[in-house]
Amino acid sequence: MIEIRDLVKTFHPGSVNEVLALAGINLRVKNGYFITVIGSNGAGKSTLLNCLAGSYAIDSGHIQIGEQDLSYWPEHRRASLISRVFQDPLLGTCAALSLEQNLALANRRGCRHGLGRGVRRVDRELFRQQLQQLGLGLEDRLRDPVGLLSGGQRQALTLLMATLIRPQVLLLDEHTAALDPKTAQQVLELTVKLIAEQQLTALMVTHNMRQALQLGNRLIMLHGGRIILDVGEAEKAAMSIEDLLQKFYTVRGEEFVSDRMMLV
Amino acid sequence: MSYFAFMGALEQGFAYGFLVLGVYLTFRVLDFPDLTVDGSLPLGAAVYAVAISAGINPYLSLFLAMLAGFAAGAVTGILNTRFGILHLLASILTMIALYSINLRVMGRPNMTLLGKPTVLDPLTNAGIGLFNAAPLLFGLLSIVGLLLLLWLLQTAFGLCMQATGANPQMITSQGVATSRVIILTVGLSNSFAALSGALLCQSQGAADVNMGVGTIVAGLASVILGETLFGCRSVGRALLAALLGSVVYRLAIALALGLKLGQFSVTPSDLNLLTALLVVAALSLPGLRRKVLRR
Ligand SMILES: Nc1ncnc2c1ncn2[C@@H]1O[C@H](COP(=O)(O)OP(=O)(O)O)[C@@H](O)[C@H]1O
Ligand SMILES: [Mg+2]
Repeated sequence: MIEIRDLVKTFHPGSVNEVLALAGINLRVKNGYFITVIGSNGAGKSTLLNCLAGSYAIDSGHIQIGEQDLSYWPEHRRASLISRVFQDPLLGTCAALSLEQNLALANRRGCRHGLGRGVRRVDRELFRQQLQQLGLGLEDRLRDPVGLLSGGQRQALTLLMATLIRPQVLLLDEHTAALDPKTAQQVLELTVKLIAEQQLTALMVTHNMRQALQLGNRLIMLHGGRIILDVGEAEKAAMSIEDLLQKFYTVRGEEFVSDRMMLV
Repeated sequence: MSYFAFMGALEQGFAYGFLVLGVYLTFRVLDFPDLTVDGSLPLGAAVYAVAISAGINPYLSLFLAMLAGFAAGAVTGILNTRFGILHLLASILTMIALYSINLRVMGRPNMTLLGKPTVLDPLTNAGIGLFNAAPLLFGLLSIVGLLLLLWLLQTAFGLCMQATGANPQMITSQGVATSRVIILTVGLSNSFAALSGALLCQSQGAADVNMGVGTIVAGLASVILGETLFGCRSVGRALLAALLGSVVYRLAIALALGLKLGQFSVTPSDLNLLTALLVVAALSLPGLRRKVLRR
């Protein structure tokens, strides 16, 4: 269970560049729920995920996962509960290290990194099995530097790393946006499969409204740092993209043309 | 080059080898340009000279020098990560502060080791001549240092070191506090620089507060020279290249010192200029070549 209360985040407070990126977010997510997050550019989607993961310090409010209040935990400490996949395929893996070394780091997420062997023989067998399920032939390339992989392969690897130890919460920020359509589809399918298998609680930001409606069991829409739409499973299933847009414009009313381009 | 000059260059190359391995750690693995070494190398020499003079076992003295170097590096790491000072500036601050500290440690600008026990005693006692003993011992020590680093970089912590330099966001989201890794790694790098200082002090028979000038440039030159000549495809290869780079660099200097162009002959005071030029050339050539090829 994630509970977010009155979350506020301002960038460059007190300066001429001041941006109120999150203007009081309230959200409760039950365990095992897969939420899709949409909203126009600059709505605050990435900021929300970054605040949850601890990349950005929050101004005020509370973030709770289970019994633990992690509002002021540093980012690395939150990694014991939260894992994430970034939009940039280069960000989630370390190019200089091999596949098995990357996986070994992920296999210790939130644990101590001591002077024991980085990659042990028992790990290697586990990694091979895990890579096999991606169906990308990566299981034979355990010792290759990750820098040799394509963007899609790296993103699939990042997903695997994010779920190698089951996270309490999985954060996905437009993680297929930088990939070509075919690869994006593969990575998306893998995402759905992993979330279903491990019954993960997940927040997935996407700019694709069809995806947002098809996947997951709840949809929220952000605008101006607020949640302006929150659609449950049944309602979502019956919704079309037009319905969603209609809802959006009823809430907002203006800037019809420009935002239509951004959203679809 | 005479046999003695050759062995002398080997001795220097291996003594500086630790420094070069340390510079490889900060510059290449951690991506942290660290100038602290200009202060931590003479710090190592100073601590070693004082410890030896106080009658402490030479090998224990080497260890003390390393501890002091570690502390110096850790200070730079802390200035950078906890106080948010830019890495380059943080290291310059520590380096400047160390100049005063080194004077305090010795209580004077230089100190000789004449007549004191040395790390070479076990070898000379076994009948090995002094000119062979130093390169032999320093060579053995630097190979041990290299193997230790190679092991360390393959441990879980070593993977964190590599990832902290290459992709801090990734390693943070795997639950690692990069600030801790930076403090420990810069500390380790400077303990190696200090060990070089102690060995140099041993080989020159004296410690001097000014012996650190230009250390970082010489270290970088050796790293780059090694990479160019011996490659850096794997971590082990890169470490070996750094160590060999140090030896080749010292050999090159020994050769350059014998050089005469008509009236002009290269003196030791020209070495910093030559080294700086060498680094500039090595750093700018790849970029220049790309530009020329693109046309
Ligand atoms: N690091 C930052 N520094 C300053 N402003 C930022 C930063 N990140 C985001 N913003 C601003 O906060 C607002 C929300 O941005 P973001 O969360 O990235 O939007 P989204 O991901 O929904 O497109 C935007 O106005 C953006 O310009
Ligand atoms: Mg975004």
